[in-house]
Amino acid sequence: MKFSEKWLRTWVDPKIGTDELCDQLTSAGLEADAVEPLADEFTGVVIGEILELHAHPNADRLSVCTVFDGSEKFSVVCGAPNARVGLKTAFARVGSELSDGLEIKRTKLRGVQSYGMLCSAKELGISDDHDGIMELSNTLSPGLELREALDLDEVSIDLDLTPNRGDCFSVRGVAREVAVLNRMSMNEPVISEVPASTETIFPVEVHAPSACPKYLGRVIEGVDISQVAPAWMVERLERSGLRSIDPVVDVTNYILLELGQPLHAFDLASLEDRIVVRMAEAGEQLTLLDGNSIELDEESLVIAHGTGPLAIAGVMGGVKSGVTETTTDVFLECAFFSPVAIMGTGRRYGIQTDASQRYERGVDSELQGAAMERATALLIEIAGGNPGPVIEVVDETSLPQAKELTLRSARLEHLLGERIEGEEVFGILDRLELRPKEVPEGWEITTPSHRFDISIEEDLVEEVCRIHGYDAIPTRTTLTAIPLKPSRRDRINPADLRNLMVHLGYNEVITYSFISPERHDLFSPDIQPLVIENPMSKEQSVMRTSLIPGLIDALVSNVARQSTSIRMFEYGQCFNGDVDHLEQGFRIAAALWGLKDPENWTQQAKNVDFFDIKGDIERLAEACGRRVRFGASARSEFHPGQSADIYVDDNDVGTVGRLSPQLQRKLNVAGDVFVFECDVEPLLLKRQRRHNEVSRYPSIRRDLALVVNQAVSSESVEKLIRETVGELLVEFRLFDVYKGKGIDSIDKSLAVGLIFQDPAKTLTDSDVGALVEKAVVALEQEVGARLR
Amino acid sequence: MDLDEIRAEALARIEASAEVSSLEENRVHYLGKTGVITALLHGLGDVDPEARPAAGAGINAAKRSIQEAIDKRRIELDNEQIQSDLVSQALDVSLPGRKGYRGSLHPVTQALERIEEIFISAGYDVADGPEIEDDYHNFEALNMPSNHPARAMHDTFYLTNGMVLRTHTSPVQVRVMENQKPPIRVICPGRVYRRDSDLTHSPMFHQVEGLVVDKGINFGDLKGTVTEFIHRFFEQELDVRFRPSYFPFTEPSAEVDVMGADGWREVMGCGMVHPNVLSMSGIDPDEYSGFAFGFGGDRLATLFFDVQDLRMFFDNDLRFLKQFA
Repeated sequence: MKFSEKWLRTWVDPKIGTDELCDQLTSAGLEADAVEPLADEFTGVVIGEILELHAHPNADRLSVCTVFDGSEKFSVVCGAPNARVGLKTAFARVGSELSDGLEIKRTKLRGVQSYGMLCSAKELGISDDHDGIMELSNTLSPGLELREALDLDEVSIDLDLTPNRGDCFSVRGVAREVAVLNRMSMNEPVISEVPASTETIFPVEVHAPSACPKYLGRVIEGVDISQVAPAWMVERLERSGLRSIDPVVDVTNYILLELGQPLHAFDLASLEDRIVVRMAEAGEQLTLLDGNSIELDEESLVIAHGTGPLAIAGVMGGVKSGVTETTTDVFLECAFFSPVAIMGTGRRYGIQTDASQRYERGVDSELQGAAMERATALLIEIAGGNPGPVIEVVDETSLPQAKELTLRSARLEHLLGERIEGEEVFGILDRLELRPKEVPEGWEITTPSHRFDISIEEDLVEEVCRIHGYDAIPTRTTLTAIPLKPSRRDRINPADLRNLMVHLGYNEVITYSFISPERHDLFSPDIQPLVIENPMSKEQSVMRTSLIPGLIDALVSNVARQSTSIRMFEYGQCFNGDVDHLEQGFRIAAALWGLKDPENWTQQAKNVDFFDIKGDIERLAEACGRRVRFGASARSEFHPGQSADIYVDDNDVGTVGRLSPQLQRKLNVAGDVFVFECDVEPLLLKRQRRHNEVSRYPSIRRDLALVVNQAVSSESVEKLIRETVGELLVEFRLFDVYKGKGIDSIDKSLAVGLIFQDPAKTLTDSDVGALVEKAVVALEQEVGARLR
Repeated sequence: MDLDEIRAEALARIEASAEVSSLEENRVHYLGKTGVITALLHGLGDVDPEARPAAGAGINAAKRSIQEAIDKRRIELDNEQIQSDLVSQALDVSLPGRKGYRGSLHPVTQALERIEEIFISAGYDVADGPEIEDDYHNFEALNMPSNHPARAMHDTFYLTNGMVLRTHTSPVQVRVMENQKPPIRVICPGRVYRRDSDLTHSPMFHQVEGLVVDKGINFGDLKGTVTEFIHRFFEQELDVRFRPSYFPFTEPSAEVDVMGADGWREVMGCGMVHPNVLSMSGIDPDEYSGFAFGFGGDRLATLFFDVQDLRMFFDNDLRFLKQFA
């Protein structure tokens, strides 16, 4: 809501400056978003008249003007194409200062002395017009200060209104607030009925009374559309952000800004039969004033006539019935449409207008009569014409009703934490036109028609509080004690997982939860992702089912930024299933690429491999006290021979491995990319830690070099040994895997260290020897292992 | 050679020993089982009994002084060895040490954890909830029935079946109230989504919602909690301004501004929980009152870390992220 400050001050003029006025409005909930001065700060610029004009002797584009400033004549070099004898324009004399600190000095331009400068509107910050020097009214006398002559010491104030304060969408509404805040009364314009001078009416029928509880129409014949609105009106419109167009548009816009009531004018000649306010029929077509053609839906309220829709009610008129330069008779519409009826409409068609903005938030349902009279009076004053009688179709039952509410003084004090004196509360309610009555428990009020937003007691608490001042409410920082919360030692905090990843050298990233369908298909072709119906772009149109695509995108873009090593992880929700069976849990994923260690002088540079990433997920699981198991993975985005699914308690919770070579080629990344992704919840459930007695007896170690077929997994060897040997084996260490010389090409050698310890006695060599023997026999029988 | 000569020779040879091994040879030569001094001691039996004590004392004194000389020389040689080792073992200590990569938490996560820490210390719980929400929890239960004008401010992403990407973390407070009796003191950090993208808006960002419900909670509590939080977060007693605003789920509602280098900056919205919101979640508004507040985690992070463009948080440029290690 942008308006001219001076206009506001004709309604109410408190003795405070612009800044204070804006602070006051902001503190009352009408946020002053911007204060725009009408012109830049400049001094010494006056009205100048060009008396003579000669071509510049040395430059084709320049001319030499003799400019009169009311007392003296100056020679000024000017390059503007519109400089001509008799033009009155903005003249910055020598010594003037323009906004950017530029001081006008006597200068020589191409050999000719210039005493000052003729200015464009842009150079003075008045508008963006830079086509030439300012063209000022001939009635202005040379020598007048430009600021005074054009009344430029003014600002436009732009308020960012909250959706509940539709009542402030007008100069009148803002003035009402300013009056309340400053304990003043408003100078409302006197609006009197304009009697009909003809009998002409155009019939109106309302078929959708709940959407249109009140519709006023009036014919005005014989309007001279070629007339121009008076300067004061044009100025107020322009300073409130609207251009002057023709008297009809200007008057309706003026009423919209002044009273907050949108009006629409139809060219009477284009109307047939009667006006019908009804819901649109699906498929009806309408070409709007902005030239766009739309197909209407059944939820749209329209103004129609004999041959179809004329306008989307409260949003925009149609081009066929609009007022044009040939219009002589107009039909003025001034209606109260229900906010709910208008609200979705503009958005569905992607249109927002000054009218729809106001109707959506709600206009004062008692304003239409006065607005119609004021519009009529202003229009015939400017453009003449003969008004007919006002037709009014009202459905009283659909109009908003005044509400009666009670504000309990105890409730007020309870919610604010402070007692505000009864007298002050009464005064605030009274000034807000809430018509308070004192009752034993507090105050009874009745809402005025412009405060339809007030519907419960808490709304009144806010009204009192905001006028009293939010800042005046004392703060309290001691909340009452609450009982200590249960602490769960069987759960770890997700933050600990993230911190562990950081300690492992990973950088956390946050990628978008929505990705492109192509990316999704590249990684998870077998999963159907959830689709966003109204995405920002196709690139962000499906919900991620895995963290990996986003992580890899981030990795690829960092590879392009000349990284030599990338270690990144993300923690976030993934979205699987369909809308009826949603699974959205947190996952953690990591990606690893490039050098295993920072390049350094102590060792040869080496790239990461499968066991680097596997070690990291293992450490993550160990930190949570969980034992994870790995099994072959069938996920197509992974290398089948270098990937494994991750199991916790026999549940498949994720995958670790190298991206498939095909995928790596498609992503165009040089070098292998390793990732893991894992559900977080199973990790967070921590194994409870309890003390186990530490054996006081020495341990004994035996090393074995076992030759097995390459297909035999080390996991199965360990499992077999543990099963055969039992609890005396306290540690199993796999310390070498060898393939090559001395070993059959289908075999591999595993070097394992077995550490035995008894909790109750010292083990002897023969105890341990027997156990090892047992294990060797079992290994030979079960997996064909032999000692090397 | 008499004893004095033997001793003098021994001391000279000990002194001349340049290595531990030659010192050891000399020790064996004089003090070993068959050493010169040992032999003299063994020979005492042949000495005249009257002269024996004096002779014995003389030999033992010689033995002691030789042993002392050996010990002394050994320490000297050890020290020499250490000294020469020190030289040969000297490293260029300016060479960089062996270290792995340094990881980092995302600046937004750091800000969120900081926020959580402050509230946890004041007895708040931390709750999270689904990012794909139903219409009821995202709007309806927050006093925004369909067609409510405030819905227009939310620029919602829709999925089928009336599901939405949550536009705020407020639905988590509804879920908390549905499952917990007052007193409630909770914050709900998480990702939220709105169809909006420019210098200060990203279609995905982070919000932290706070909710306190108990008997006798008032607007002064809200002001105090929010002000104190801002002071703790920024570690400065910044000026804080509350001004009336509008949210469908709070009444009275306020916008909170913080005084920054170039004037007031809007940092959060808050208010007293709307009675409809309390009753819809099964809490009696006549018995309990509460306040709620919500702010952008990313926005606080931009202020805290002096990041100009919010979208940098989601570019995931490692050169940017590593600055927050």
